[in-house]
Amino acid sequence: MVLVWLILILFLGGILAWLADRTRLADPRWIAIATILIDLLVLISFSLSSSSVTIAGQEWWATLDLPWIPRFGIHFILAMDGLAFLMLLLTLFLGLIAVLSSWTEIKKSSGFFHFNLLWTLAGVAGVFTALDLFLFFFFWEVMLIPMYFIIAVWGHENRTYAAIKFFIFTQASGLLMLLAMVALVYFNYQQSGQLSFSYFDLLGANLSGAPVFWLMLGFFIAFVVKLPGVPLHTWLPDAHTQAPTAGSVILAGILLKTGAYGLIRFCVPLFPEESVIFAPTAMTLGVISIIYGALVAFAQTDIKRLIAYTSISHMGFVLLGVYAFNSQGYQGAVMTMLAHGMTSAALFAFAGSVQQRIHTRDMREMGGFWGSAPKMGAIVMFFSIAALGMPGLANFIGEFLVLLGAFKANSWITVVAALGLILAPIYSLVVIQRIFHGKPLVPRDISDFSSREVLMMGMMMLITIGLGLYPQPVMETVGLVLQMGVS
Amino acid sequence: MISIPVEHGLLLATILFCLGLLGVLVRRNIIFVLMSMEIMFNAVGLAFITGGSRWQQADGQVMFMLVLTLAAAEVAVGLALVLQLYKKFKTVDIDVVSDMKG
Amino acid sequence: MLNLLWLVPTFPLAGFLLLALCGLPKRLAAWVGVGSVGIAALLTLGIAVEFLGMPASEQVFRQTLWQWMSSGDFTATFALYLDPLALVMMCIITGIGFLIHLYSVGYMDEDPAFSRFFAYMNLFVAAMLVLVLGDNLVLLYLGWEGVGLCSYLLIGFWYDSPENGYAARKAFIVTRIGDTSMAIGLFLLFMHLGTLDIQQLMQSAGDNWAQGSLLPTLAAALLLGGALGKSAQLPLQTWLPDAMAGPTPISALIHAATMVTAGVYLIARTHELFMLAPEVLFVVAVIGVLTLLISGFTALVQTDIKRILAFSTMSQLGYMFLALGVGAWSAAIFHLMTHAFFKALLFLASGAVIICMHHEQDIFKMGGLRKRLPVSFWSFVIGGLALAALPLTSGYYSKHEILGATHVFARSGDTLWAVAVLGALITGIYTSRLIFVVFFGADKTHADESSIGLNIKLPLIILCVLSLFGGLIHVPLDRVFPLQQVLPHLAGTANALTIAAPFVGILIAYLFFYGKPELSEKVAANSLGKMLQRFWFSGWGFDWLYQKLLVNPLMWLVRANKKDVVDSFYHLIAWLIRLLHRLLSMSQTGRVQWYAAGIALGVVVIVGLGVWRQHLWF
Repeated sequence: MVLVWLILILFLGGILAWLADRTRLADPRWIAIATILIDLLVLISFSLSSSSVTIAGQEWWATLDLPWIPRFGIHFILAMDGLAFLMLLLTLFLGLIAVLSSWTEIKKSSGFFHFNLLWTLAGVAGVFTALDLFLFFFFWEVMLIPMYFIIAVWGHENRTYAAIKFFIFTQASGLLMLLAMVALVYFNYQQSGQLSFSYFDLLGANLSGAPVFWLMLGFFIAFVVKLPGVPLHTWLPDAHTQAPTAGSVILAGILLKTGAYGLIRFCVPLFPEESVIFAPTAMTLGVISIIYGALVAFAQTDIKRLIAYTSISHMGFVLLGVYAFNSQGYQGAVMTMLAHGMTSAALFAFAGSVQQRIHTRDMREMGGFWGSAPKMGAIVMFFSIAALGMPGLANFIGEFLVLLGAFKANSWITVVAALGLILAPIYSLVVIQRIFHGKPLVPRDISDFSSREVLMMGMMMLITIGLGLYPQPVMETVGLVLQMGVS
Repeated sequence: MISIPVEHGLLLATILFCLGLLGVLVRRNIIFVLMSMEIMFNAVGLAFITGGSRWQQADGQVMFMLVLTLAAAEVAVGLALVLQLYKKFKTVDIDVVSDMKG
Repeated sequence: MLNLLWLVPTFPLAGFLLLALCGLPKRLAAWVGVGSVGIAALLTLGIAVEFLGMPASEQVFRQTLWQWMSSGDFTATFALYLDPLALVMMCIITGIGFLIHLYSVGYMDEDPAFSRFFAYMNLFVAAMLVLVLGDNLVLLYLGWEGVGLCSYLLIGFWYDSPENGYAARKAFIVTRIGDTSMAIGLFLLFMHLGTLDIQQLMQSAGDNWAQGSLLPTLAAALLLGGALGKSAQLPLQTWLPDAMAGPTPISALIHAATMVTAGVYLIARTHELFMLAPEVLFVVAVIGVLTLLISGFTALVQTDIKRILAFSTMSQLGYMFLALGVGAWSAAIFHLMTHAFFKALLFLASGAVIICMHHEQDIFKMGGLRKRLPVSFWSFVIGGLALAALPLTSGYYSKHEILGATHVFARSGDTLWAVAVLGALITGIYTSRLIFVVFFGADKTHADESSIGLNIKLPLIILCVLSLFGGLIHVPLDRVFPLQQVLPHLAGTANALTIAAPFVGILIAYLFFYGKPELSEKVAANSLGKMLQRFWFSGWGFDWLYQKLLVNPLMWLVRANKKDVVDSFYHLIAWLIRLLHRLLSMSQTGRVQWYAAGIALGVVVIVGLGVWRQHLWF
């Protein structure tokens, strides 16, 4: 039941935030913070007290199985394991960061904004816990629509275009997934006579004779659009650039992870044999994402666009790791997801705060900010070098393990992927150079981070360092889940 | 009683219908359009009558009565519209008042 | 005492954190910055005394701090490993590091970002210590990247000028190319040997791989890539001269005494692996002599005092690589140590000159400084003598050992030796050219040493002593490296030539730059001389080549694809759909008659389909 509450609290909090704003009884920002904190509390207290159950040869901390639409074999199944727990933790934490980062940015209808924000989080929380395919699809759509509003209503100058592009890409790929899902259920029904959307029932499905490869591809494309992998990535730079700060933080920090999560949770375990056949292609796509994202990032002058392309590059490592099919690759992929959640959220929050201060995102109009904003400079320097994979910080652990694992699986592809390590400093350091070093074209004083921003960045820095120096607890939490794909 | 072959009746109805349709399609004066529609109605009515006499059933005539009523109602509404149109635009040319564009 | 090993890198790290987070006032910042390294140096001294007091066969100490990461069959621990090799490096890092920190208090006195400077310096020392103490290659890689980061931060320390930023990024990226090769080497080693723990790795490499077979050759070559980048050897040497944009103490600490020698350390640390790959070792030797020669020639024509020293650093690193290549492991480390003494001395002395000259670095704008700057002058003379390896200075002992080992090396040792001796001759020339031009000749300036205090002079004096007598230190590496079969001993003509080379160099420099300066002008004036000078001055055109070959194509590609070519595909789809939309919306005329016609046509078509369906479908 706790699982339902985890999601419900966010939904209710969203409605409350809206109402509070309409009735002017309370500040929706505080309601949002309180909601997320309560949810975090529930999650953590639950994780401390939970005992595990084993279903389908895998350990789950908690499951909930209620009939929903029995006629079509649709259940309301929620379950949580280590991976889902980590993802939920990331979601709630970055939700907090998102609220903080947009603290002063949102001027119009703040209540509706926080409603959308919390509902997106609720959708994501649902995605990370739903284990009925239909329910998963439901939450997949739920997280999309409020996000669309966040971009379309509170975005920047080109918001409508970006929002619609985001919507169409996700929707079209979601349709593919739905088709693949229904077909999978249908073929399973033909084979076993049991009509069920349940993950556990489909996991062991023997689908001889069905066009399983195409079904796998349907799932794969839906998740890779979200990830995003080249060449399905072009919604991302626009959406990230145009979204308000909180939107970018959530998009980069959390929404991209749902794609990776889908690959790990559904695409690979449901179609193990096809995935093995498909692995070289998927890894190649990952490598292309790494290199291509890095190259395009370097060319950008819009800072949010640059960070958006680096996301593509980093998520390429996740794709590479997932399809390496060994524990280094898997754990590295999850570490990369967490690490990228921190660094990209921090960098987007920074970009948002710069835009709020000087009303431009164009790096050609910046320069020499270190002098007037040393705290900002140091913090951004920290996250930039984290992003380029400095050992001792979280991103390194992820990328190193991914490459280590991928090298065992496919040496040549990995050698090319390693070129990404050379490109990463090229784009990361150029950010520092253009914004903080040199002399400003127009002499302007930028105000340094406020204590709210320092607090928010400080939390993320601590986590990045913690994960970089002592990732073992996280990797152990993840460990069991990923065994399944390693067959 | 000399019975007219059913083919002849239907052929006449078809010809009348096509004439009416042509009128609706090509005339620009709305009065003529309405008249052409009347012709189409009557063509349909003729077809019903022919059918009714072929199978010796009253249904055909019943339907014709319905068509007549409908036509009367239509003309009443149609002419009222025409008057309003003419009052407003001082023309009965339907192309001039064509505002229904997507 | 040995159990306090972990404190040695911890103190500088704590210093970094204090300085970075707390915004200390300047005096306190100096105390924290220098003090943390000072404590680390004292601890190192204590550890060294205890460690060397143990029986030679037991001189290994391992301290596991915590399990870093473990995934499947891969484990990396945060563990420190101390053996005589690491100890020597530790002594150099903390000892020289302390002196340079002390010097920096004076040198950076007027800089507004005083505590930021010390923060970076402390972080560097910590990272460098982790590099040499790391028990496994991943931890070593952590230190390796950490020192690279600090190098970046410190080269770009004065961030106002874009050139500094460019130099900093160039240093980071060029070394990163090497680092990536090294990372791939790590993956390869792990894949085939299943561990990255250095000692186990070396053991298992020896057990599993035959000498000269493909895998060890590949692995050694990949590691060598990392070493080449860090130690600025061909073909990844271009970053080091530009790195002189940083403050001079940085050049002394990072780009002369410690970080750039990390490549030498890496090869020495993994020498068992390299010995399985004799081809790679030979390449190391060849790269060493090529670098020492090329950068020697380049140093001959430079005019910036720090760039001359930078090229001489590359050249001396070339000697170390040569030593590694011919299997003279201890000689390489010995030269690493003496080089750290005299090159730190030279850089610090040049820093003193630069302060006194109010940040003028062109040697031809100096001159006759001998009387005006006596401390700097004598430092330069002593450092220069050691650099040129005149007998009885520290540089002589180490370089002589290297040249001796090269001479007896089985595989074209003669040629390597001859080139290296030529290099020694050139070293003599450029070193004495520097000294003659700066300190002798016409008095062109009004500089004096009043602006430098004791905290600058004291490190200089200590380093002078070390440069002179450091050669007498016995490096306790006998048990770390395999004993050399043929004892390097030069005799007869070879010995005489080796000893004479620097003297000849000094003589030539004396002639050209002191005795008859018009001679050098005459040489520089003719067309061949001009061309050579330009060619050498540019560092043999490597920068130009890379610019044309790598940077420009990359930049072109990047600029061409700024708008993301993939997106145009989706734009095409959107365009097609819009086209379709326009076509269909053309049918929406708003004329009832058109619609009626459409309905009629539709009816006809449907009825027709119904009537003739047999002909259509069946």
